[in-house]
Amino acid sequence: MSGLEVDLQVPGRVHAQVHAEAGDVVAVIGPNGAGKSSLVKAIAGTVPATGSVLLGGRDLATLPIRERRVGLVFQDQLLFPHLDALRNVAYGPRARGVARATAYEVARSWLERVGAGDLADRRPGELSGGQAQRVAIARALASDPDLLLLDEPMSGLDVGVAIGLRLELSCHLAEYAGITLLVTHDAIDALTVANRVLVIEDGQVVQSGTPAEVAQHPATDHVARLVGLNVVRGPDRTLTFAPSAVALWAHEPVGSPRLRWSGEVAQVTGHGAALRVVVRTDGGGPELIADVTPAAATELGLAPGRVVWATVKETSVQSFTDRSG
Amino acid sequence: MKDPLGRPPARLLVPAALATLLLLVPLVALVVSTPWSLLGEQLASRDLRLALWLSVLTATVAMLVCLVIGLPLAWVLARLEFPGRGLLRALVTVPLVLPPVAAGVALMAAFGRNGLVGAPLRELTGLTLPYSTAGVVLAHTFVSLPFVVLAIEGALRSARKEYDAAAATLGATRWWAFRTVTVPLAMPGILAGMMLGWARSIGEFGATITFAGNYPGTTQTMPSLIYVSMNSNPEAARSLALVLLVFSVAVLVLLRDRWLATP
Repeated sequence: MSGLEVDLQVPGRVHAQVHAEAGDVVAVIGPNGAGKSSLVKAIAGTVPATGSVLLGGRDLATLPIRERRVGLVFQDQLLFPHLDALRNVAYGPRARGVARATAYEVARSWLERVGAGDLADRRPGELSGGQAQRVAIARALASDPDLLLLDEPMSGLDVGVAIGLRLELSCHLAEYAGITLLVTHDAIDALTVANRVLVIEDGQVVQSGTPAEVAQHPATDHVARLVGLNVVRGPDRTLTFAPSAVALWAHEPVGSPRLRWSGEVAQVTGHGAALRVVVRTDGGGPELIADVTPAAATELGLAPGRVVWATVKETSVQSFTDRSG
Repeated sequence: MKDPLGRPPARLLVPAALATLLLLVPLVALVVSTPWSLLGEQLASRDLRLALWLSVLTATVAMLVCLVIGLPLAWVLARLEFPGRGLLRALVTVPLVLPPVAAGVALMAAFGRNGLVGAPLRELTGLTLPYSTAGVVLAHTFVSLPFVVLAIEGALRSARKEYDAAAATLGATRWWAFRTVTVPLAMPGILAGMMLGWARSIGEFGATITFAGNYPGTTQTMPSLIYVSMNSNPEAARSLALVLLVFSVAVLVLLRDRWLATP
């Protein structure tokens, strides 16, 4: 099987091009309502669209859903509630005419592979969110798709469950020979599971590249915030720097670092061992993300509304000329 | 406990009480006036056994016919987009509002010996439907179909369409998805629809007696028997009506979870 070449338009929702090679895992990221879900649903055929989906010499866009051989893992799983996990996973092979015993064998081995072997006789109503998502992934893979589409598979899961599932998912996807499109609004999915990232905003592709490229040179502020980078656009160049490079002060800092802003704390959230602080700078300046230690946060009395100064050392800043034109 | 909104107004409570009495009194009267001492004898009568058997048989066959043709029609209404769908649904509801006697006349116009369909049918096969047990089934099917179709359509709509899409991505044809996903998910509603249709058939009188007549053993159903008994032997009619009441209550009990449980 060769590469995937997508050019699809869902009127009023999204008009996007996707290119991927066999074995690629493409993360499709972007803000809510950007058209990510519409794009993968259009590729699967569950949303009407115009354009083409070329895969291995076939144009899937001309085929009915069942002949596209596309596995779709839905946000809310859509496991058949009247069938137990085994029969859910066996559904694809059975629908394609595989004998019952063989289909159950295939299903059992897929359930084992996703670590849900002991859930075979449970119905979806008796599964936790993480278990149901495992079964849903097994169900999609058991139908032997050429293309696997995952629509926000981690959303709605507890953080701890999502972390475990993400690790497993990246293993399964690494073994999977076909192409995977993973819709997510979580940068961690994009940066850990995928080898390509496609950024969609307002129904259009605004960036595509490797996770490292996107993280280092985010094309839009949204992507930058998503991957946890500060982006400051100047008249002639754009600066990016990590949240850990930002220092916060209660008073105007002495000396005269060139990169400094005053502003108001907008938000404080936990981020690993540190606290992530969002500072809304004065005079319509950039929104900055700063990671500080809990001790520093206490000392500064950081809380929403607190006025602070932020500085960045020039040495920790990456600078590139603006290409957004 | 006092209702914080104030006392319920009498001009609502009084008509509500009247409505309740209107529903209740005839049933109580029927039970009270039933000649219990003669009940055993009347229930053993040959006419009743024949009519009860025929009612159950024809209602059951009609229910199955309604399922075989009504379930697909319900699916078409619930799942397909096409011009005239509203019109088709309106057509389905016509037997609900059409007086059953008029339905019988219409059936005669279509399937009578000289009817639109009946005449060629008789010439080709020698079969005639009026005044036959098959005619009873036809009349029952006609009047019961709306109940079955509308109940099942509702059930199919509540069985989420997304499951059809999920089945399709897994390689299922529409027919396979219908069999393995849509129908099992809608099964409670399908059963309720069949039950409703069956109950409607059991009570069917106007269309049946008009189209199929009233011959003991072949076309005389319970309601027809009650009707003729009312003229000759009112006490027997009461016993027979009691039997039908028990039937209706039994159906209600079976549907209890579905209807009486609504808050």
